[in-house]
Amino acid sequence: MNLRPVNSIIERYGGKRTALINILHDVQDQYSHLPKEALKTVAQKLRIDLPDIYGVATFYKSFSLIPKGKHSLTLCHGTACHVREGVKILREIKRRLNIEPGQTTGDGQISLNVVNCLGVCAIGPVMVLDGKFYGEMNALKARKMVEKILNGRDGGKYEKN
Amino acid sequence: MEGMGENMRKIKSVSQLEGWREQILARLKESETTISVCGGTGCQAYGCQKVKKAFQKELSKGKINNKKITLKYTGCPGFCERGPLVTILPDNIFYQRVKVEDVPQILSETVHHGRKIDHLLFEDPDLHKKILFAQDIPFYRAQKRLLLSKNDLIDPTRIEDYIAIDGYQSLAKVLSRIQPEEIIEEIKASGLRGRGGAGYPTGKKWENCKQAPGDTKYIICNCDEGDPGAFMDRSLLEGNPHSILEGMLIGAYAIGAKQGFIYVRQEYPLAYQNAERAITQARRAGFLGKNILGSGFDFDVDTARGGGAFICGESTALIASIEGRVGEPRSKQVHTVSQGLWEKPTNINNVETWANVPLIVEKGSQWFSSIGTEKSKGTKIFSLVGKVKNTGLVEVPMGITLREIIFDIGGGPQNGKAIKAVQTGGPSGGCIPASLFDLPVDYDSLTRAGSMMGSGGMIVMDEGTCMVDVAKYFVHFLKEESCGKCLPCREGLKRMGEILDGITEGKGNGETLPLLEELANVVADASLCGLGKSAPNPILSGLKYFRPEFEDHVYRKRCPAAVCTPLIQYSISGTDCTGCGACKKACPAQAIEGERKQSHWILPELCTKCGSCRDVCKTQAVRVQ
Amino acid sequence: MKIKTVRITIEGRPIEVEEGNTILQSAHLLGIHIPTMCYMEDLSPYGGCRICVVEIGNDGNGKTFLDASCTHVAREGMVVQTQSPRVIRARKMLAELLVASAPNVKIAQDIAVRMGLLKVRFPMEDHRCVLCGLCIRMCDEQMDGKALGFVGRGVDRRVSMPFETRAETCRLCRGCDYVCPGMIIPCQGVKVPGELCGKCFRPEDAPYCCPSGTFGCFCEQNPL
Repeated sequence: MNLRPVNSIIERYGGKRTALINILHDVQDQYSHLPKEALKTVAQKLRIDLPDIYGVATFYKSFSLIPKGKHSLTLCHGTACHVREGVKILREIKRRLNIEPGQTTGDGQISLNVVNCLGVCAIGPVMVLDGKFYGEMNALKARKMVEKILNGRDGGKYEKN
Repeated sequence: MEGMGENMRKIKSVSQLEGWREQILARLKESETTISVCGGTGCQAYGCQKVKKAFQKELSKGKINNKKITLKYTGCPGFCERGPLVTILPDNIFYQRVKVEDVPQILSETVHHGRKIDHLLFEDPDLHKKILFAQDIPFYRAQKRLLLSKNDLIDPTRIEDYIAIDGYQSLAKVLSRIQPEEIIEEIKASGLRGRGGAGYPTGKKWENCKQAPGDTKYIICNCDEGDPGAFMDRSLLEGNPHSILEGMLIGAYAIGAKQGFIYVRQEYPLAYQNAERAITQARRAGFLGKNILGSGFDFDVDTARGGGAFICGESTALIASIEGRVGEPRSKQVHTVSQGLWEKPTNINNVETWANVPLIVEKGSQWFSSIGTEKSKGTKIFSLVGKVKNTGLVEVPMGITLREIIFDIGGGPQNGKAIKAVQTGGPSGGCIPASLFDLPVDYDSLTRAGSMMGSGGMIVMDEGTCMVDVAKYFVHFLKEESCGKCLPCREGLKRMGEILDGITEGKGNGETLPLLEELANVVADASLCGLGKSAPNPILSGLKYFRPEFEDHVYRKRCPAAVCTPLIQYSISGTDCTGCGACKKACPAQAIEGERKQSHWILPELCTKCGSCRDVCKTQAVRVQ
Repeated sequence: MKIKTVRITIEGRPIEVEEGNTILQSAHLLGIHIPTMCYMEDLSPYGGCRICVVEIGNDGNGKTFLDASCTHVAREGMVVQTQSPRVIRARKMLAELLVASAPNVKIAQDIAVRMGLLKVRFPMEDHRCVLCGLCIRMCDEQMDGKALGFVGRGVDRRVSMPFETRAETCRLCRGCDYVCPGMIIPCQGVKVPGELCGKCFRPEDAPYCCPSGTFGCFCEQNPL
């Protein structure tokens, strides 16, 4: 695999150990997950023992060691969203996609994540689809958006208003 | 890079800074009107980027004559629920829920002719009156927005905007005529206490770090803000990143640190970007680097990103994270001010704490300590969310009561259900019942009541909130966020989660609540770090004030708030149902039957209790009990 | 050269120890026993199991707190109780949690018996790893292997080698087996006197986490 992007990312941060997580985020953006070879390269360049970097890659929930789906669906499960019945959305999506948070649907279309608070609590319950934030969601709206993807409509532009 | 301006050369002295500031102010005078469109994450979810583009398009058409108009994309002022927000300055006319279609009208009517557009104005729900100016809106009126008001005035991607509102003046003052020891005394005298939750006196912390042996010292800004329901730090770092840098510069100078870090959680991409951009701009301008403003003081800042771990808000775990390790806390027998990052003395402060520093230097410790109560000085930003009408960020003087925040500023209950409690302090805090709403909000009063003020999250709960469910929610949250190092937290939270799950499924018995209490107390006692030690608070405060609700679940297998799904049932009232069939269409499980124009009914064995039927029913015919 | 010392009191007995000693080390010098699980002499203390918690205060202050004695450094004037009601309550509950999680690990049973635990009120599981981390520290500090580490977080935390394959730096020294409390399996084998059952050599009977079992055992059936 082409590891040149990894080396340039490491260089961009000056190979500093304090930038490890920044580096891993950029590597993940590049390859849509953290490939083993990339992690080994980072470990070698930053002089980190392999168990330590593997520990970091598996400790922090934003990292994935397996390739993610085409679309990324993140549901907020912060307290404010929970109090506004956000859990119903999660239940419905889990049921509809038949996967647990952290998994990707069998067809590789959607990766489901749950995050404990996105920091936009005032407009909860909040959902993020492919980087775009949606507020005041409910189970019905969320299910409809998911079905649009699954029914083959090309993902991307979902407008609220 | 955007926002750098033509004269982006290094500022090497205080007088050069003054010259630059005058240049910027002169240019601003030429502008007669400013249109501020909020660009915070909340408004972005409501499509404010499109509104901004619409303004850009209309303005580029060049039809507005004789007026110099500036379009600004500002930081989050905190009234997210009403977004997109547009403010017309200098009059301070406040428009909310602005749509793309409204843009031409705003330009032709308000900007050009000074006429207001009624349907965009905020309407006071009690007086049924339209309000023109932001400062008259009840939500804003009772606040004292010393920090947040700046978000309305600046584009966080433009350093010039910050200079124009006297940015970096406090730094200039400090570097040119104040000694490090004097600054520490000033911060001590102001009474500033840490805004991250623990409330340790900031001046003393700085002093301890300064006195710790060793020449290499670090300062850190903690923007991990993991408490669900809190977004004050996001708004500050997104909306005014230079103010944080200025605070850190002053702190570093006082303590003797040459390197700082801003730790931003992964879930805040915009705050991270804006912080990075501000750092680049500050370096170019000479505010970061060597010999700042010609004073001989060196200091630089790097950002460090989080990886999705709540525990990294804890100072020793945060330090581990910056060191490129897993976020495992360590014993705090030796404090981070003595041994922190790479074993060197390290001073960590929360974003809001840093933001207060330039203000204190500018206006003096006496002014700052005149606000608030005897032991809690200054203002505090709260994130008022949940079952309340006006949600958003609220900046108020310490000592204000919960009632004033929830009712006067928050506007009282949403949906007509009575407010039952407010949860403060995040997962380390607890619930305070409505009967105690006259308590003042400060570092100590809420702690005495069994909760804590915490970082500022304030989640309002009404009769439709089940307090057992809330306790269960927090335990599961902490269980997922536990680092797993120590046995009581890792296993204890798991078992408390199992017990609470059982209670909400109607499986409790006479031993359940005593076991829960015993386990909670041991987890609090024996855990290694603050996460475990404070984990039992939501349970213990729930039991303290809402024991009857817990007992209802355990002994009578009932959920009074109709939340715990195994204990409730959805049904359709025959008298209210019009037979429109909307529920049947909305039901994902095909659990509703009925003919058109005739009463529908729900099949309980198929019902998943998702609530879609209740959401679409126009006659409130769906019942839950 | 004068060695700096501190004076503390444990269970009412005073002792003067060299600065830097932990409470556990000081207790051992006094012959006072404190149960431990994740502690082993000559490996760095970890403070993860919390079994060794003690109640710590300063004389006259009144405020006390619990902390792991294996990591807490002795400071001048400390007053330590190793058997106070608060300590016993904590240790007993910790033992209960431990047994509920790993009933077939000998040390869990040992500690439970010691604390007088008779009943486990939580649904039982059957883990063989107690996440004490001794194998990791042994591999890293004493054997210079640096092959093992903790993986995952919270309840999903486990011990493994990087990328779930045998690390290149693993020399199969079996130091990890040596220190693992989960490896002491009660012998279920010998029924006929004089016969060896050979169960100890079968990887499938070892705890799931046994690095030798999972990643390559150099016994007769599977030579290197």
